[in-house]
Amino acid sequence: MSHQDFANTSSASRRHLLQLGAAGAAVGTAPFLFNIASAQTGNIKIGFPVPLTGAFSAEAQDQVRAAELAVKEFNDAGGFNGRKAELLVRDDKLNPGEAATRTLELIEKDKVEFIVGSLSAATQLSINAVTRERKVIFNSISQSDAINEAKDWSPYTFHEALNPHMTAGAVARYAFPKYGKRVVYLTADYAYGHEMVRGFERAGKALGTTTLADIRHPIGAADYSSFLPRIQALKPDVLVMCNFGRDQLNSIKQATDFGLKEKTRIITPVLLLTARQAGGAEAFDGVVGGSSYYWGIEDTVPAAKSFNDKFRKAYGGAVPSDYGALGYAGIRSVLQGVLNAKSTDSQKVSEAMGQLKYNWYKGDQYFRKCDHQSVQSIIILESKSKGMKDKNDVFSVVGSEAPSETNLRSCAELGHKA
Amino acid sequence: MSLENLVNLGARYRVASVLLFLLAFPWLMPYEALAVNILIFGLFAVGFNLVFGYTGMLSFGHASFLGVGSYLTGIAMVHFGLHWLAAIVVGVLASLLAGLVVGYLAIRTRGIYFSMVTLALGQVIYYLFYKAERWTGGENGLRGIKAEVIDLFGFRIDFLNPMTKYYVIWFFVALAMWLVSRILASPFGAVIEAIRENEKRTAACGYDVARAKLLIFVISAGVCGLAGSLRALHLSVVPVDSLHYLQSGQAVMMCLLGGMGTFFGPFVGAGVFLYLEDVVTTLTKYWMGAVGLLFMALVLFFPRGIWGTLVHQLQRRGLLQVERP
Amino acid sequence: MSEITPSLLMLQLVTGIALGTVYALLAIGLSLIFGMLNVVNFAHGAFFMVGAFLGVYFLGLTGNFWLALVIAPLVTGGIGLFAERFLVRPLYGRGIDYPLLLTFGLSYVLIDVVRATFGIEGLPSSTPAALRGAVNLGFGHFPLYRLFLIAATAVVVLALWLFLEKTRYGLIIRAGSRDAEIVRVLGVDITRVWWLVFGLGTAIAGLSGVLAAPTRAVNPEMGIPVLAESFVVTVVGGMGSLPGAVVAGILVGVVFSMTALLAPAYAEMSIFVLMALVLLVRPQGFFGKAGALG
Repeated sequence: MSHQDFANTSSASRRHLLQLGAAGAAVGTAPFLFNIASAQTGNIKIGFPVPLTGAFSAEAQDQVRAAELAVKEFNDAGGFNGRKAELLVRDDKLNPGEAATRTLELIEKDKVEFIVGSLSAATQLSINAVTRERKVIFNSISQSDAINEAKDWSPYTFHEALNPHMTAGAVARYAFPKYGKRVVYLTADYAYGHEMVRGFERAGKALGTTTLADIRHPIGAADYSSFLPRIQALKPDVLVMCNFGRDQLNSIKQATDFGLKEKTRIITPVLLLTARQAGGAEAFDGVVGGSSYYWGIEDTVPAAKSFNDKFRKAYGGAVPSDYGALGYAGIRSVLQGVLNAKSTDSQKVSEAMGQLKYNWYKGDQYFRKCDHQSVQSIIILESKSKGMKDKNDVFSVVGSEAPSETNLRSCAELGHKA
Repeated sequence: MSLENLVNLGARYRVASVLLFLLAFPWLMPYEALAVNILIFGLFAVGFNLVFGYTGMLSFGHASFLGVGSYLTGIAMVHFGLHWLAAIVVGVLASLLAGLVVGYLAIRTRGIYFSMVTLALGQVIYYLFYKAERWTGGENGLRGIKAEVIDLFGFRIDFLNPMTKYYVIWFFVALAMWLVSRILASPFGAVIEAIRENEKRTAACGYDVARAKLLIFVISAGVCGLAGSLRALHLSVVPVDSLHYLQSGQAVMMCLLGGMGTFFGPFVGAGVFLYLEDVVTTLTKYWMGAVGLLFMALVLFFPRGIWGTLVHQLQRRGLLQVERP
Repeated sequence: MSEITPSLLMLQLVTGIALGTVYALLAIGLSLIFGMLNVVNFAHGAFFMVGAFLGVYFLGLTGNFWLALVIAPLVTGGIGLFAERFLVRPLYGRGIDYPLLLTFGLSYVLIDVVRATFGIEGLPSSTPAALRGAVNLGFGHFPLYRLFLIAATAVVVLALWLFLEKTRYGLIIRAGSRDAEIVRVLGVDITRVWWLVFGLGTAIAGLSGVLAAPTRAVNPEMGIPVLAESFVVTVVGGMGSLPGAVVAGILVGVVFSMTALLAPAYAEMSIFVLMALVLLVRPQGFFGKAGALG
């Protein structure tokens, strides 16, 4: 490409575009030199970085809706000393670098006092790296095993969501005794996948299962056909799909194509409501998995009914998804901490949250002392393809594991001093 | 002093002008983290521009050097406990080495094959770092880069203070920009531009084209590596997609937006791109489409980029006598 | 690792070939466009994705897979025609990088347009009823649909070959890719030929999308990794060579498949290593013309 190539464009059109651009820039640039809102009066600002664009935007948008519901409840009840809560939603594009930048923006420019958010392990760890240095409370609302470990953790780190270990363990304890002991894992080759396998194998060991193979696939792979002949040849009782979202959808579809469902039961650690709705009944038929929440438990859990009704009322009959419910809980836990501590000071709120016992939407929960992991119930679901009353009725609740610290890895194992 | 004299003075002492502007820059931006990002990506784009705008080689793998710089700096601090200055040196040396290896392999091809090789090698490096989980954290990225209070020969600097952080990073960017300017103004700088204009003729004039290309490629990698090292300190994490080809594509966009083959152009491109991204993201969720439209408009109507067009217009009117600041 | 039996290897091989056919089709489209117009179409993955969406959409609308198989590529090709006429054509003569950069921007726009039209989640796609089930090949059960993919690709390749070798227009296309100047001198409107070839290339990308849709999740981002993969194939086969695209497509599919069996963690990397090797040893690819284009 040489300079001579530049010649052939119309200078009139360029000039016009230039003028438009300059006007736009002048309007957009405003030196934000002075920040008027001070930290102790004015709204209680909570930063909410989630992936509004990208692969999990549907889940993220549900998180936002549910979080806004929690904020509204808090404000309608009078707030804290007359101070109202304010949610500042930002798009982290499911990208850890972007998440770190957004968090810096929220803390430095918007002067938020708390951060709740994230929808992937990588982004939450990135956010946490920024918040803990600056002593800002971060309540993570998506899965990660690493965030509880001593080297990532800080007293300001809270984990509202499930972690792979808990989820995998619960599903294992339900599925292995029921379906068989010869197990194959098809695992997304990244930390999340490995953590899931570890969780399954540990629970499986106690139940006497044998791992025939742990087949790793590249994350984001679209084609799993290369892995399926081998799985077919192994003839397992159970095939565990240790992956998430679209990877899971793809692998389950293709496994079905290869006829694997005839002899093998497919289970997965996490069954996402939105993935199931996007993937369709047929692909997921008969698949068993775990979840932090499913609206269908409202028949047996009063808190769920109450939460679902609030959500339905606010959003025209829609029901909250699993990650949506976490958005709600994440905000409520932080705001309750503020009320209990009678302060917005990070240290005091952190202590208050550490002692919190709550039941926001699915039963009793509390944060374990050493790593601030929320000890909670895990719901086991099976995907339906018949007898669905409406587009939300996609799962049957087949089991539920009560909250217990024995489901978690021990504090010592995570590197925390006793 | 007339405007014309001022403009020419500024252009002649381009490094000083740029650095003075950058000193005042954080006051123009809505928040400092954005300003720091612009510094870092501006440097990245400047490094990339050496190869793309000045030498005419479209590399689609330059994110590898940004990533190598970030990761090696991070690893030096997290796994080996090195001092942050030493870690930056490690990061830059590692990216120079990576530049040497990739450059040596890629220079043998030209045109789109060169672009394809750099893309492929870049992806290989990406997967290598991705898989080396023990060192790099894999998918979760490298965490634990502690740069809260850094000491500089006895002075303790609060790196968490956004303004302080900006000026510390500014210092390194200043060094690099000065170096880049010197290289471009040297006879070697003339050689690489000659290669862009007509490679065969340059070879016929007796210059060792392959060696020149390799040299500028390595230097470019080093500059991008420095940007990466600074990024690791800024974010306290190294995200694995720093190495992906989409990140390389971003460097191309920034150079095009600002103006390839100009000294300050890539900086302008990085600044406008990141600022727009920040703003557009709050206005619409279709920021990707907006960026795409902008990019197409640039390619079609403003191939010189913002700064490049400005410079060109000034030169045409005779106001600017200095070559491409 | 468990026993690797010959029948497992055979099954894995056939799987690789089926995977390779999608790659081959993509590479054919890319090569056509490059060979004829000297344009590297960075939006190729996006056209693949658009084809997949349109295929699922028309299937839902008409209930007929075969109809969708015809309509979707035509519409995709139509979008390609529009893009060439108004976006790419102004850039000819400016150097090889400009159309590349333009199509890069175009891919971003296509992705967001699809998001706006069909939603961010994507569309559920399933195998058409007539092609469901698995076939016992002797050494294992293999999905019927994937056998169909192999057959369909063979038909398309044959049809394309006949078109290029045996028809007058095909002759013009082949001549134009060798020497556009002379063809113009001979009185052919080469600009129009380029326009139609771009449309044809993108239509084929769309076709591969429709065909691939039942085998994977259909979402707006599905084209991003596909782009890099189609580059690998085109480079290995030789940019601008159609037999190269087919051979390399199958080869890459098989390499990926076998690596997935023997060293699964490196499957993704393996095709890029292959690409790098080919570029270093024989930069023009297996079937490409010698003299790396600059």
